[in-house]
Amino acid sequence: MLLRILSLLLLIAIWQAASMLAASRLLPEPLAVVDVMLREARSGALFFNLGTTLARVAISFALAMFFGTLFGILMGRSVTLDRLGDPWLVVLLNLPALVIIVLAYIWIGLTDTAAILAVALNKLPNATVTIREGARSLDAGLEEMATVFAMPWQTRLRHVLLPQLAPYVAAATRSGLSIVWKIVLVVELLGRSNGVGFEIGTAFQVFDVALLLAYALPFVGIMLAIESFLVQPFEQHVSRWRIKTA
Amino acid sequence: MRKAFRTASGEVREVLRDFSTSLAVGKIHALVGPSGYGKTTALRIVIGLDRDFEGMVTLPLGTKIGMVFQEPRLLPWRSVLDNLRLAAPRASEANLVRIATDLGIAGHLRYFPGELSLGLARRVALARAFAVDPNFLVLDEPFVSLDAALAMRLGDELVALVEHTEVTTLLVTHDIDEAIRLADHIMLLGGRPAKIVADFDIAFPRAAMTANYAAKIKAQIGAVIAEAVA
Ligand SMILES: Nc1ncnc2c1ncn2[C@@H]1O[C@H](COP(=O)(O)OP(=O)(O)OP(=O)(O)O)[C@@H](O)[C@H]1O
Ligand SMILES: [Mg+2]
Repeated sequence: MLLRILSLLLLIAIWQAASMLAASRLLPEPLAVVDVMLREARSGALFFNLGTTLARVAISFALAMFFGTLFGILMGRSVTLDRLGDPWLVVLLNLPALVIIVLAYIWIGLTDTAAILAVALNKLPNATVTIREGARSLDAGLEEMATVFAMPWQTRLRHVLLPQLAPYVAAATRSGLSIVWKIVLVVELLGRSNGVGFEIGTAFQVFDVALLLAYALPFVGIMLAIESFLVQPFEQHVSRWRIKTA
Repeated sequence: MRKAFRTASGEVREVLRDFSTSLAVGKIHALVGPSGYGKTTALRIVIGLDRDFEGMVTLPLGTKIGMVFQEPRLLPWRSVLDNLRLAAPRASEANLVRIATDLGIAGHLRYFPGELSLGLARRVALARAFAVDPNFLVLDEPFVSLDAALAMRLGDELVALVEHTEVTTLLVTHDIDEAIRLADHIMLLGGRPAKIVADFDIAFPRAAMTANYAAKIKAQIGAVIAEAVA
């Protein structure tokens, strides 16, 4: 932990040195970035844009995970559905994110619906593939046990199925979150008039690197915090029975 | 009934043919046969897990099955107590604890299955089958890998439960002495494809049994097996 902090401080020191050497507004000092950050924070714009982007991340992520889990389970359990769905998956997996985004905007219009759908569609195939892997490796013996003991479907879902899928859900969450929060910025840049991506686009037009960093850094910070304070503990929680047996 | 498997290599292997029996209510029925003859296969058909067979199985309406699989099949991510609760949501906490105490696992209720020895896990599986208050108890070699004294004790627990609740019981075992000691009715599985080659009703089961009588049954079973081998 100490080493990590030191390494981070080193990075900032290098940044500081480089900016002093360059003496250009294209590479502002760390403190200048903090200044812009505070200015944007005081006007409320920082929080508004961060909030908007986070909301888009949350909704599209939730949509993608929900349908990814659903399709993944169905395809993992049924050979027919797997054969039917697999070509779609391959197409979606290989369609560049940009194509999906542009098509969504063209077909649906420059709306939040289009933006969220485009992000979710980019994430969906990954989630589906990961969960399908999990659904294929389900323990048939436990399922038979649940059948013989006539467990109601809620019990089977919560205590038999989901615990087996949990490591896969956690993996999909981790990789999915990093896909979603990167793509969401591109989506905002291309077709929204608010959010972190939009602000970065504006900053790009006037080459205002300080503004760009003032938005990018807090956003990255929040996503990292979610990753390490929500996703990782969740992963540990669902595998606690495994840790104990080790 | 008849059961054939299609093996991974594509051939059809007939495991059971002309397998037929009926089980009297409230009795312990032992199905005895050598390894690989189709005991587990027959059980899976009887309890409805395997529907791909020719013939028919009739269970009385409202049959509530308590099953002990050949492997414990516990939910590894739930504690022992939760494993019991989930299988038997209607059983009272006191009842679960009593069953666990009878089977000697009361001290392990908070453990996860991965922290149990195989013998303990088998006892949990047994407790789970008892806990659902079944009227049809199906046990697939429940006492293997336990030491003789413990197997004996758990056998007694099983007998106590059956005599107390009059649950119809189907017990698979390859241990003839165990079958004689516990059952009212012994079915011998033999032949390939396998069927029930002989049937023994025990006139003086369990407590009523004398050493003499047990020896006599054992000799009869031995004769049938010797004949089958010859
Ligand atoms: N899914 C399967 N596919 C093909 N063959 C199978 C399958 N399951 C069982 N068999 C075959 O059926 C036969 C009976 O198997 P079964 O598991 O019922 O034996 P068993 O009497 O329970 O043996 P054990 O005492 O070792 O448990 C074996 O020859 C086995 O190879
Ligand atoms: Mg078997």
